[in-house]
Amino acid sequence: MPTGSAAGTVPPGRKHRFLPGAAFSATFRLILAVLLTFFGLLLVTFLIGRVVPIDPVLAAVGDRAPAEVYERVRSELGLDLPLYHQFYIYVVKVLQGDFGRSVSTSNLVIDDIARFFPATLELATVATIIGVALGIPMGVFAAVHRDRWPDQLIRVVGLVGYSIPVFWLGLVGLVVFYVKLGWVAGPGRLDIGFEDIVQPVTGVILFDSAMAGEWDVFVNAFDHVILPAAILGYFSLAYISRMTRSFMIEQLRQEYVTTARVKGMSEARVIWRHALGNVMVPLITVIALSYAQLLEGSVLTETVFAWPGLGQYITNSLLNADMNAVLGGTIVVGCVFIGINLLSDLLYRLVDPRAR
Amino acid sequence: MKKLAILLLAGAMSVGAPAVEAATPKDTVVMAKQIDDIISLDPAESFEFSGSEVAGNIYDRLIDYDLNDVSQLRGQLAETWYIGSDGKTYTFKLRRGIKFASGNPMTARDAEYSLQRAVILNKSPGFILTQFGFTKDNVKERIKATDDYTLVIQTADEVAPTLFYYCLTAVVGGVIDSKLVQSHEKDGDFGNAWLKTNSAGSGPFKLVSWKANEAYTLERNDNYWGGSKPSIKRVVVRHIAEPATQLLLLTKGDIDYARNLTKDQIDAAKKDGNLAIQSGLKGAILYLGLNQKNQYLAKPEVREALKYLVDYDGIEKNIVGGRFAVHQAFLPRGFLGAIDDKPYKYDLAKAKALLAKAGLADGFPVTMDVRNGSPYTDIAQAVQASWAQAGVKLTLIPGDGKRTLTKYRARDHDIYIGQWGPDYQDPHTNAETFAMNVDNSDTAKSKTLAWRNSWDIPEMTKVTLAASREKDAKKRAAAYEAIEREHQKTSPFVTMFQETEVAAHRKNVDGLIIGPSFDNNLYMALKKK
Repeated sequence: MPTGSAAGTVPPGRKHRFLPGAAFSATFRLILAVLLTFFGLLLVTFLIGRVVPIDPVLAAVGDRAPAEVYERVRSELGLDLPLYHQFYIYVVKVLQGDFGRSVSTSNLVIDDIARFFPATLELATVATIIGVALGIPMGVFAAVHRDRWPDQLIRVVGLVGYSIPVFWLGLVGLVVFYVKLGWVAGPGRLDIGFEDIVQPVTGVILFDSAMAGEWDVFVNAFDHVILPAAILGYFSLAYISRMTRSFMIEQLRQEYVTTARVKGMSEARVIWRHALGNVMVPLITVIALSYAQLLEGSVLTETVFAWPGLGQYITNSLLNADMNAVLGGTIVVGCVFIGINLLSDLLYRLVDPRAR
Repeated sequence: MKKLAILLLAGAMSVGAPAVEAATPKDTVVMAKQIDDIISLDPAESFEFSGSEVAGNIYDRLIDYDLNDVSQLRGQLAETWYIGSDGKTYTFKLRRGIKFASGNPMTARDAEYSLQRAVILNKSPGFILTQFGFTKDNVKERIKATDDYTLVIQTADEVAPTLFYYCLTAVVGGVIDSKLVQSHEKDGDFGNAWLKTNSAGSGPFKLVSWKANEAYTLERNDNYWGGSKPSIKRVVVRHIAEPATQLLLLTKGDIDYARNLTKDQIDAAKKDGNLAIQSGLKGAILYLGLNQKNQYLAKPEVREALKYLVDYDGIEKNIVGGRFAVHQAFLPRGFLGAIDDKPYKYDLAKAKALLAKAGLADGFPVTMDVRNGSPYTDIAQAVQASWAQAGVKLTLIPGDGKRTLTKYRARDHDIYIGQWGPDYQDPHTNAETFAMNVDNSDTAKSKTLAWRNSWDIPEMTKVTLAASREKDAKKRAAAYEAIEREHQKTSPFVTMFQETEVAAHRKNVDGLIIGPSFDNNLYMALKKK
């Protein structure tokens, strides 16, 4: 969770910026907090995974294996040990950088995540760009025309975004834009003909293909990502525009806005520079949260669009009681939240002069 | 403000640059299929539907069978074979001049290594071989290459020879390139870790890549020995979980085959002039298992009444049409000894009379565990409605597949709606699970479907075991027919349907072979105009 609250309080560390000792202890406390968070996250996920009434051995040997094979695999997976012992073994291994093997894919969890997370990262990033690029202007526009028809219209658009099931929206989107109009490419990340041209470096195809100068691949990947991203982006747009609107309404009431107008400053400058500038800090929190949510993966969108992302991976693993995979995925999600938290802290310092 | 609006609009429009008209590459066939069940592609380990299909296209076995008439065994890598006078020694003479995809020559040493390896590794499908008495300690003696082209196998007991032969036709009997696999052995794992995601076969295709939950790609094996080589170069199978998405891709021409369409989508595909439907009978049986631990279900009249309370024809017509057909015996059509008797039809009056006889004229409450997804939920709801007519209050407990299965295996269910596919093409595979229960205690080693439903049947177990040892095919078939008829009357299984596998494809592509078993779904005849 980003530490700055929506009201734009002073980020931590600022008060102490001339006291290196205190800053050190603050950093130490932060690291400790992060470690504790991870430990708690793992413990809870582990326990949930173990109380779910699904037999993890089934995922490894299937339904037909004879009793002796079943028992052998059960003990190979360490499932005959007491729970605390299983957890201890897992944590020790993780500390050594060994996340284990997924029983439902046979791969090292770390390799699986290296394949699925970039797909999610690509989708979430494009979706967030769409959400921000449309959501902020819409929110500002709604605030400026508060309670008149543009505001109502934007509110309806937002409401629709909130209330339509993404599964349905995805399928309808595919029927209209892919099948009927042919404006976008279909499910999956690339057409068959474009696969295996670019060697994956980061796994984010848009980035890898641009770096390799393979623009055909880039265009095809963009064609594939744009529809699912637009649909996910629609949801973050709904959220971002609503929040922007309420922040802006708050700012437009302030005296400095009246003063600026009285001084004869152009309306555009008042709105886009002064008022919007002041809502940037809480807005960053909003955007960061919605981005982090998308980075967890969105299993429904991924299913409809056959997008091999983290959401499908974690859900599949959970339904197979494939604990190594679930825990690995959880660690990634935890890292994403902490990483985005730090990033938004950093951004506050950039946009808020008081924090510099 | 105006400028901004125009800019936004322009941005939104530019997304809509028309995409190139879709078509798959000429030498490649692309399929959409649910393949997230694959755990491993090592033939000694692979035992899931999708994994069997891949292995079936990569590995040859010693013998196989005619896909149009399963009763006809044919040689694949073996040219001739015979059984010794002791009834336990089988000798296989192998074809000469066969090469693996790697270029290594195929000899009896490879067959010896493959079968020994499958026994020693003893993964999920290992029992198909170990049921003949092979263990890791005796297998080096019992499965032996006596020269480069002769393999001799000794079983512990005399069994029906066809039972043994059909077990060798299963994926676990696949012959692998021993030189190649041995070069990838690690810590005595017989190359298992490597072979999970690589291939070493002599079949028409070789594996290029398998990315779990994403796709696998096969490429033509240019060293293939068996008659005509495939005319297409590559087969790409993509994991598309959602059937509706599969249909969209097919309609658009981005894929050539959609493999998991449901009834509504099949109907829609039939109306599309660019698409065609093909189907093939599969061995999977859809049934209800009635747990005999439940006081009501343990009454014979109740079991019979429930069999009369299912609207078989109505469900076939309205829910599973095209994908399942009514079938009421535990041996699927096409198997030795399979019967096509359909003694049960929806008959409310008869069912009510039977319930009254059991002292349950007002019905009784009972639950059914139903895995989420098509067609289980729909069938369960139809059953719920028709049982209600006789006062049987059926509560459905929906759950994910693995969850309901866990409960079933622990015998904690009342009723379970399940599907069972044969492990190999011999009647013993289904007879064993549906009609044998050696030990009905909770700690039993063999947990057959009869055990899972706590059905204690010492007599039927004996008869079924004897049938697996009968050497005369006619007598053997008759034995199974008798067991099935008895089973239909008394068993706690409401056997309802047999599966038909359906694939929809573009009209310019055809030639997918949908055989009776999942490892007979073959790509070698695929053609593209």
